[in-house]
Amino acid sequence: MATMPLKNTMIDNTVEDPRQRAPLVLGNHDFTTVTETICRIPEASRPPQAWYIAFAVSSTLTLMLGCMVVYLISTGVGVWNLNNPVGWGWDITNFVFWVGIGHAGTLISAILFLFRQKWRTSINRFAEAMTIFAVVCAGIFPGIHVGRVWLAYWLAPIPNQMQMWPNFRSPLLWDVFAVSTYATVSLLFWYMGMIPDLATLRDRARTKIRQFAYGLLALGWRGSNRQWLRYERAYLLLAALATPLVLSVHSVVSFDFAVSQLPGWHTTIFPPYFVAGAIFSGFAMVVTLMVPAREFFGLKELVTPRHLENMAKIMLATGCMVGYAYSIEFFTAWYSGNVYERFIFMARAMGPYSWAYWTMVCCNILTPQLFWFKKCRTNPWILFAASIFINIGMWFERFVIIVSSLATDFLPGSWGAYAPSWVEICTFIGSFGLFFTLFLLFVRFLPMMAMAEVKSVMPQALHKQGEHQGLGDYWGDMPRGHEHKPGGHDVHH
Amino acid sequence: MSTTDHALPLAEPARQSWGLLAEYLTVPELLAAAEKVRNAGYRRWDCHTPFPVHGLNDAMGLKPTILPWLVLGAGITGGSIGMGLQWFTNAFDYPFIIGGKPFFSVPACIPVAFELTILFAAVTALLGMLVLNNLPEWYHALFRSKQFRRATADRFFISIEAIDPLYSPEATREFLKLTGSSHVELIEEEAD
Repeated sequence: MATMPLKNTMIDNTVEDPRQRAPLVLGNHDFTTVTETICRIPEASRPPQAWYIAFAVSSTLTLMLGCMVVYLISTGVGVWNLNNPVGWGWDITNFVFWVGIGHAGTLISAILFLFRQKWRTSINRFAEAMTIFAVVCAGIFPGIHVGRVWLAYWLAPIPNQMQMWPNFRSPLLWDVFAVSTYATVSLLFWYMGMIPDLATLRDRARTKIRQFAYGLLALGWRGSNRQWLRYERAYLLLAALATPLVLSVHSVVSFDFAVSQLPGWHTTIFPPYFVAGAIFSGFAMVVTLMVPAREFFGLKELVTPRHLENMAKIMLATGCMVGYAYSIEFFTAWYSGNVYERFIFMARAMGPYSWAYWTMVCCNILTPQLFWFKKCRTNPWILFAASIFINIGMWFERFVIIVSSLATDFLPGSWGAYAPSWVEICTFIGSFGLFFTLFLLFVRFLPMMAMAEVKSVMPQALHKQGEHQGLGDYWGDMPRGHEHKPGGHDVHH
Repeated sequence: MSTTDHALPLAEPARQSWGLLAEYLTVPELLAAAEKVRNAGYRRWDCHTPFPVHGLNDAMGLKPTILPWLVLGAGITGGSIGMGLQWFTNAFDYPFIIGGKPFFSVPACIPVAFELTILFAAVTALLGMLVLNNLPEWYHALFRSKQFRRATADRFFISIEAIDPLYSPEATREFLKLTGSSHVELIEEEAD
């Protein structure tokens, strides 16, 4: 290892040097300063002024969401412009959009963990929080679109007044199980990851209220290595469980469409296509949130250009997968020889919703091509702008899939058209309000980064300098079990 | 703590020693010390670190946890409940024909059974970890130490409990100093 002091503020950690690993934490940080940098955000007596402005806007929008939901429930679903044949409009578009956003959080926390991608440690807490808030927003739409919301318990396996059970042969019921499991497991994963950091906040707390609140949530964690042993195992198990879960959730969401007979929906490519799109949109949302957050909260040394570049690379890869899926859909439609299938794809590109289709193509296929250039991968504001376009494009993808297939199905006599009402538009905007409100509360009161994990990838976390050629191996410390040296017989569960 | 507010001074509660807490500044120092404590034959001792330290499980000689087996059992239970629920409700208790689909077929039941497998296993992973770790435990004698608050920030500690058969107030303190500790502290708790 180089004996140079850790003066790596100047280092460009996006340079690939095979002789040594790029540092994941820049600046002269040690464990003390990392704790300080992250804790001072929730410990500040007042947040920056921008926080108040953002919170005022987002909580007003949340209030609007509440009003729209009350208006919908008290009046009926007729306040939306849904019709026959277009029975799913913005509601289900928004549902798929928000669920998809959530997927990047689980990808970062679980899949990148299993692949030992250590750069995840700076962004995983943030992305997991995003997952939960996105799933909260997603859950609202199917909840309120059923019409008689007070009968929503019919979704649960409880017999109704005729002693009939829900129909488990319907993908809509699979979706209920998939999304509710996903919400639960994401919450568990997020909370468990936060326990050691909540203990840090507890131990630094000055006021009685903070000591009590963080103390309660930290469950009495005291960093004991006997506890860390089981904690790391539980974390690994949760990651291994969340990985197939996240892939299954968007697959099941795609079954809502693919299992039906409708042209443009009834296709086997949907599960992988939806999962790739979900990760694509989710990473875009992480970038949208992270670029301003690292700027405002002074986290540039922890969320480095390398982190941004890696996220850009994933967006490039998943964006290309999505582009491939768009083209293979056309090929399949042509190759199937099915007139309805061929028609619907021509209608998507040239029919009444072609403006939405080409918006989707421009945003989702052209925008990520910027990331072939390193300048665009490492410039935060180019990345930020691109991520906004990707968010827009991915919303339009769901809109195109849902509305175009419903509007122009088999018989021209049953065709229809759909445009949202003001209530639908305000409900969607309000859901952003809810999302950002929850997020602003999160950055205000909870540790925004996984401090324990960031510390473990710092060079100081090594046993001996140079022993591991690089960085500490968080979670990598598997109990080997066979290497017991004399004297080490502990009573252990 | 102010006892002077009251007219009658409160009697000091009886104290007994809980054990010793030794502080270390770096990871290599902690690992070397942990090996020494292990080799000395202590049983009721622990290390406290702000993050999981690579190599410390071996240095302490810890055995693996049974948690994965609990999670496996919960997963199998969840999957069986998922399959059983769908068979019972749609094929046994009240079968009804929908779209000519069979009352029970394994492929159609996979998604729900899979989700319940994951749900049961994940809840067990978290709760099992907490139960095996004896958490939540909001009171602990170590929390009496001011210095110990840095165990969740930037310092490393070894604690040896007084109930360890090898424990002796003086000898253990000397031993911990010899392991390279920068600061050894006596931890007391209120007597039962």
